Amino acid sequence: MNTVLQVERLAKAFGGVKAVTDLSFGVEAGELLAIIGPNGAGKSTCFNMVGGQLTPDSGTVRLSGRDITGLPPRAIWRLGVGRTFQITATFASMTLRENVQMALISHHRRVRALWPKANGLYREEAMAVLARVGMADQAERACGVLAYGDIKRVELAVALANEPKLLLMDEPTAGMAPGERIALMGLAAEIVRERGISVLFTEHDMDVVFAHANRILVLDRGRAIASGPPSQVRADPEVRRIYLGGAAEPPEPVS
Amino acid sequence: MDLSFVVVQFLTGLASASNLFLIACGLTIIFGVTRIVNFAHGSFYMLGAYMAYTLVGPLMSALGGVVGFWGAVLLAACAVGLVGVAMEVLLLRRIYRAHELFQLLATFGVVLVMQDLVVVIWGPEELLGPRAPGISGSIEIMGQRFPEYEAVMILAGPAVLGLLWLLFHRTRWGTLVRAATQDREMVGALGVNQGLLFTGVLFLGAFLAGLAGALQLPREPANPFMDFNIIAEAFVVTVIGGMGNVLGAFLAAFIIAELQAFGILIFPKITLVLIFLVMAVVLVIRPWGLLGKPEAPSGHGFATDRPLRPLSGKGQLAIALLLAGLLALPLVVDDYGLNLAIEVLVFALFAFSLNFIMGNGGMVSFGHAAYFGLGAYGAALTVKHLGAPMELAILAAPVAAAAGGLLFGWFVVRLSGVYLAMLTLAFAQIVWSIAFQWWEVTGGDNGLIGIWPSSWASGRLVYYYLTLIICGAAIAVLWRAVFAPFGYTLRAGRDSPLRTDAIGIDLRRHQWLGFAFAGTAAGIAGGVFVFSKGNVDPGVLSIPTSVDGLVMVLLGGIQTLTGPLLGGAVFPLLEAYVMPLTDYWRAILGGVIIALVLAFPTGIVGFFDNRAHVASEAREP
Repeated sequence: MNTVLQVERLAKAFGGVKAVTDLSFGVEAGELLAIIGPNGAGKSTCFNMVGGQLTPDSGTVRLSGRDITGLPPRAIWRLGVGRTFQITATFASMTLRENVQMALISHHRRVRALWPKANGLYREEAMAVLARVGMADQAERACGVLAYGDIKRVELAVALANEPKLLLMDEPTAGMAPGERIALMGLAAEIVRERGISVLFTEHDMDVVFAHANRILVLDRGRAIASGPPSQVRADPEVRRIYLGGAAEPPEPVS
Repeated sequence: MDLSFVVVQFLTGLASASNLFLIACGLTIIFGVTRIVNFAHGSFYMLGAYMAYTLVGPLMSALGGVVGFWGAVLLAACAVGLVGVAMEVLLLRRIYRAHELFQLLATFGVVLVMQDLVVVIWGPEELLGPRAPGISGSIEIMGQRFPEYEAVMILAGPAVLGLLWLLFHRTRWGTLVRAATQDREMVGALGVNQGLLFTGVLFLGAFLAGLAGALQLPREPANPFMDFNIIAEAFVVTVIGGMGNVLGAFLAAFIIAELQAFGILIFPKITLVLIFLVMAVVLVIRPWGLLGKPEAPSGHGFATDRPLRPLSGKGQLAIALLLAGLLALPLVVDDYGLNLAIEVLVFALFAFSLNFIMGNGGMVSFGHAAYFGLGAYGAALTVKHLGAPMELAILAAPVAAAAGGLLFGWFVVRLSGVYLAMLTLAFAQIVWSIAFQWWEVTGGDNGLIGIWPSSWASGRLVYYYLTLIICGAAIAVLWRAVFAPFGYTLRAGRDSPLRTDAIGIDLRRHQWLGFAFAGTAAGIAGGVFVFSKGNVDPGVLSIPTSVDGLVMVLLGGIQTLTGPLLGGAVFPLLEAYVMPLTDYWRAILGGVIIALVLAFPTGIVGFFDNRAHVASEAREP
């Protein structure tokens, strides 16, 4: 397997607080890697360094062997990294279709065009992506009036629009009802498997994590304390002690 | 320049710094707690001077010189404080939930009303107050005479700073003010009576401005221009210091006042430019001012905004009818009417170009007049100094405006929100002061005259059609751009900068281009305008012109495309028909602005648009 994302010795401190220390991991092609850990473990910091929202103090981030450390998010996106946010970021005053069309317009480098009508460009492609996430019937509604779970699906559609090779999903199911969570992550997993997209995601919901991750990386206070397939992580005494509060049994669903 | 002169100049600067601090700290406290940029703060200052003038005579004869004078100063400040309370209770309280631009507009309405009110009550003449009894002499410093009153003023700033510190750190109320400045929502959630807090803050802020005005009376006669003269400087001081930061205001007041005191010796021609240049530099290096903290991104924005829809069949029909009407207009109106129609078209384009970056792009410009004026001056200077004909000079208008838009825009797009707005204001003031002070080239206050169209276009009829073609085409291009990827990308940046960046768009660069694009369009309007008037003066670059643009856009309805056009069209008509009928044009305009903001917090077209939308939603199953 070839490595899509390789993170080496990544570190970031905010003032005196070391949010991430000496973190190394890789994501293989087609793999779903989950980062879990208690609040403040450094998950989001790690994510933002991979996505370009934060610049690491030291260490490197490589995408298919290419050094992307410190590149701005827009450049990282052009290299094939899609992203969803913990607190959804969509264009509220645009329809669902237009949200996806914006990503496609940018992908085709036509954001400065002054004449063509934006909502007539890449219409079919946008509809196809929306259909894939099950939102085609609402394509003409404004994003701002959608239910939260639906906005999460739109974000997924926007992230998929430029056919990324790596998808970054920061707490994709945060704020959703339990049933919706399983459905959304199931959908995401299905899509990335059929397209061979690698995924790096963080998640609080252990059901979601253990159901879909190929591998799990456990962070605590900015350090990786365990990593491996779900069964191995589930059995790891260190993980149980630090992350699961010493529970003797494998983790049960945390709501 | 010998040393003693430098020392005295420095001390004079300190005295001015005190006064500037008193005004700016009130402004910054009000902003910190209520998040309202109070345009009326200059009016409070002016009112303080006038009130002191009225009170000081009777009180000095009743209570004796010293007690009477200082009693009058304090009483005047308290009276202005109560005016601030009245403004909070009657006006601001009703619009805290409105968009911040409407709040700003409402306070500007108050400015206009106060300007006329002051003239009605006290008359248009300058009113010189008495000198402060007991300290009307001067002391000797290194052989130079220095007024005693100035020396006392120097102490006033630090004294007020100290008292404010005690108020904010030693009283429960002051602690609440500090808490609200840091996190208003949290203070509300803790069950603090916000209404009372806000009223108190308005009293304090207005009191301080009134105090500054009253203390200024022995230095400068009370006059009806005090408000505008001070407000831009007060804005600069609060912005440089960091909005909401009192100590920052103190520091910034010192910097600005000394800059003026010495700048006038070294660069007498460009003192105004110097001040705004310092502000621009500070904001580029420290986008939230010297001691300010980054603003939490304000979530309110344009919450009710809906997707853009192309014109419906009815809308297209209306546009076609409007065009036909405009083409046929010369059949029914005389030259006066055509002149008015030209102005309507020019300002429709001006307002529409402002809305392109403001409504569509989320970049609120307080200084859009700069690009209108650059266009006007660009064309006029080409005629005057290069002897170019209209055909060539009118092309210089968009070129000059585009150059200005690219230059200033590069700085502007590095900021957001209130700071962005303040920086646009600063740049507009720079351009204004260049036009005002560079007499040899721009004609200074008198401006440039004799800028007439070429002979073929000199008739009103031809020039009207020329205006219709140029402005109509520019509006059409802007309209189209809103629907094109260029405009959509600006709107995307307004809705979510985070997402825009995450789909590969260099937002800052795009906003820069958008800003320059809108500036260019405003420049076209300016170019057409100057040839219709035959002259240009610094008024086209002034704050009131920028505010006129805001009024047109906001009252028309920022969320719509047609609203700003309507606002731009109606404004010159109102001006033409109402202004000659009354001596109180400003008060009426101000009153109308306040009434409209209270009645339609989303703008007029926005209001009807929302109603139509609600109605159509209700019809849906």
